[in-house]
Amino acid sequence: MNVASHTASSAGGAAPIIELVALNRTYRTEEVEVRAVRDVSLTIERGEFVAIMGASGSGKSTLMNVLGCLDRPTSGEYRLAGRNVAELERSELALLRNRKIGFVFQSFNLLARTSALENVELPLLYSVPLVPQRERRARATRTLESVGLAARMQHVPSRLSGGQQQRVAIARALVTAPELLLADEPTGNLDSRTSIDIMGLLQAQNDAGLTVVMVTHELDIAAYCKRIVVMRDGEIIRDEANAERRSAAAERAALDAAEQQARLA
Amino acid sequence: MSALARAWLIAAIALRALRRNKMRSGLTSLGIIIGVASVVAMLAVGNGARASIEDQVAALGQNLLAVFAGSSRSGGVNAGAGSASTLTVGDAEAVAREVSGVVAVSPEVTRAAQAVANGRNWSTTVAGESEAYLAIRDWDLAAGAMFTERDVRTAAKVAVLGSKTANELFGPLDPIGQSVRIGNIPFVITGVLESKGAGIGGGGQNQDDRIIVPYTTAMRRITGDQYLRSFNVQVASAADMTQVEQEIEALLRQRHRLAPGTDDDFNIFNQQEIADTAGTITGIITLLLGSIGSISLLVGGIGIMNIMLVSVTERTREIGIRMAVGARPAIVQLQFLLEAMLLSVLGGGIGVLAGVGIARLVQALADFTPVVSPSSIVLAFGVSCAIGVFFGFYPARKAARLDPIEALRYE
Repeated sequence: MNVASHTASSAGGAAPIIELVALNRTYRTEEVEVRAVRDVSLTIERGEFVAIMGASGSGKSTLMNVLGCLDRPTSGEYRLAGRNVAELERSELALLRNRKIGFVFQSFNLLARTSALENVELPLLYSVPLVPQRERRARATRTLESVGLAARMQHVPSRLSGGQQQRVAIARALVTAPELLLADEPTGNLDSRTSIDIMGLLQAQNDAGLTVVMVTHELDIAAYCKRIVVMRDGEIIRDEANAERRSAAAERAALDAAEQQARLA
Repeated sequence: MSALARAWLIAAIALRALRRNKMRSGLTSLGIIIGVASVVAMLAVGNGARASIEDQVAALGQNLLAVFAGSSRSGGVNAGAGSASTLTVGDAEAVAREVSGVVAVSPEVTRAAQAVANGRNWSTTVAGESEAYLAIRDWDLAAGAMFTERDVRTAAKVAVLGSKTANELFGPLDPIGQSVRIGNIPFVITGVLESKGAGIGGGGQNQDDRIIVPYTTAMRRITGDQYLRSFNVQVASAADMTQVEQEIEALLRQRHRLAPGTDDDFNIFNQQEIADTAGTITGIITLLLGSIGSISLLVGGIGIMNIMLVSVTERTREIGIRMAVGARPAIVQLQFLLEAMLLSVLGGGIGVLAGVGIARLVQALADFTPVVSPSSIVLAFGVSCAIGVFFGFYPARKAARLDPIEALRYE
């Protein structure tokens, strides 16, 4: 087992953003005991961009749920920004999700029949202390603009393309200025070209200093990350830096140039 | 401050969720609307009935005891209360003299008679009474004056007409000072009574259709009889009613020389007891009507719970999303509780208006005045709010207890 500790681009904070020590997550379904995550120890520093890969059933989604404070480990330690969250109450976990974590899902998970702007405002409704309405609106507007959706703010999700919906979801994840962005197969429902755009957004956020952890089963998507962790049967079997990192921005520029050429020809 | 602002925010979210499903919200509220409306309307009808009966009992007079002669039997036929020849003027005078707590006594004889005046004739009841009768019965004159104690002493031929009798005989003309012939004897009319309406007193007859004359005159010239049908007794205070009733019974048994163990040859009618009985009956009616309304309110509440449970299931994914972005379980619970409460409060408000409307409709269609009491409105509205909390609690708790991971996966 190769459990390396990468400190590639530590953003100077004293504690790592994520620190897992001998973490287990076991499900008991009637008489069968499923050890979805087994003795995982993992450290992720601030500013990292980590892909967690693995086949379905490898435990990567379970691990993601624990990292996202949606689920609690059965045993072991999980320190988020230096704080052990393994034994927090449900409402404390909710506050932690609200303050420190942004989620991006494969199926976008936007509220239907609710405008893009209001979807982005959603996490701010639950912030403690309460963010005043004017500031909620201003921050949501600003964040939507930053993901390139200034012209689509009043659209409901059903009137947006998949890529646009995922941008709204990313804006919703970013609006609280979290310390950690968790993305669960963020390009799983998108075509390859839109996938490049979405990965470009995530890379840009990472370049700006945000820690990003992404679950994917596609190697070419994982290739945009700085570090790749591979899981199998609930254990980490490989953990290494990504030597040949793809740049979404460069690829997009090349793609646009090629198109330009084709149109001129 | 912040808590209040947050509560407002959650209320706004709840309201928006309800508006998104206008049809369903409206139908769910309808259960509460019908429930509250029926509680308000039923209680109004019940209270109206109570007020109406209380008025009629009060119209008998204040703190009134009526002593009737016993019933006479001839050949197995019971001629009814007041028909036996047992009560005398002496009995009435003895009661006035000897029983403490008695304010006034009016001996009474009655006889059906033909009255002729103004060229018309009218079949009516002639009642012989004392000058204190109107005070005892809490009855006012519409015009003229009551005959006096002197008229009673001298058996004067004077009469006071009931409002209906006056109308039948004189129409729009003023009867005061005119003459009315009763069995060929002319009487001078001194006054006309105010209308009391066909009440529960007066032996089933219309109280306004009668001619009142001094009892002395009536006994001498009309009935030709020594015996009274009854006498009315006014008691000083309501608290003394039972005491006075017992003393009158003892006095009359003694005067009539009734052996212990034999039945009374008279009946005492206690206005307070009638009032109490009427109050009990109308109370039961009001309770019954209120319960019928409450049952529909309960059914409405169950409707809210049903819809909220459906809503929580339908919106599992929405709940999951809200939780994922940091909504605490308590806040999710509050949102769904507020949705249920908004449904019931809205229904309660409309229901109160509808209930008042139904009460007005009953008033317009029936000859009867329902009384919408503020307390019934407060009660119905308060209960509907409580129903929102009670029946909204379980679905809201169910929403709050959802596992965010499961909820996000829900299709």
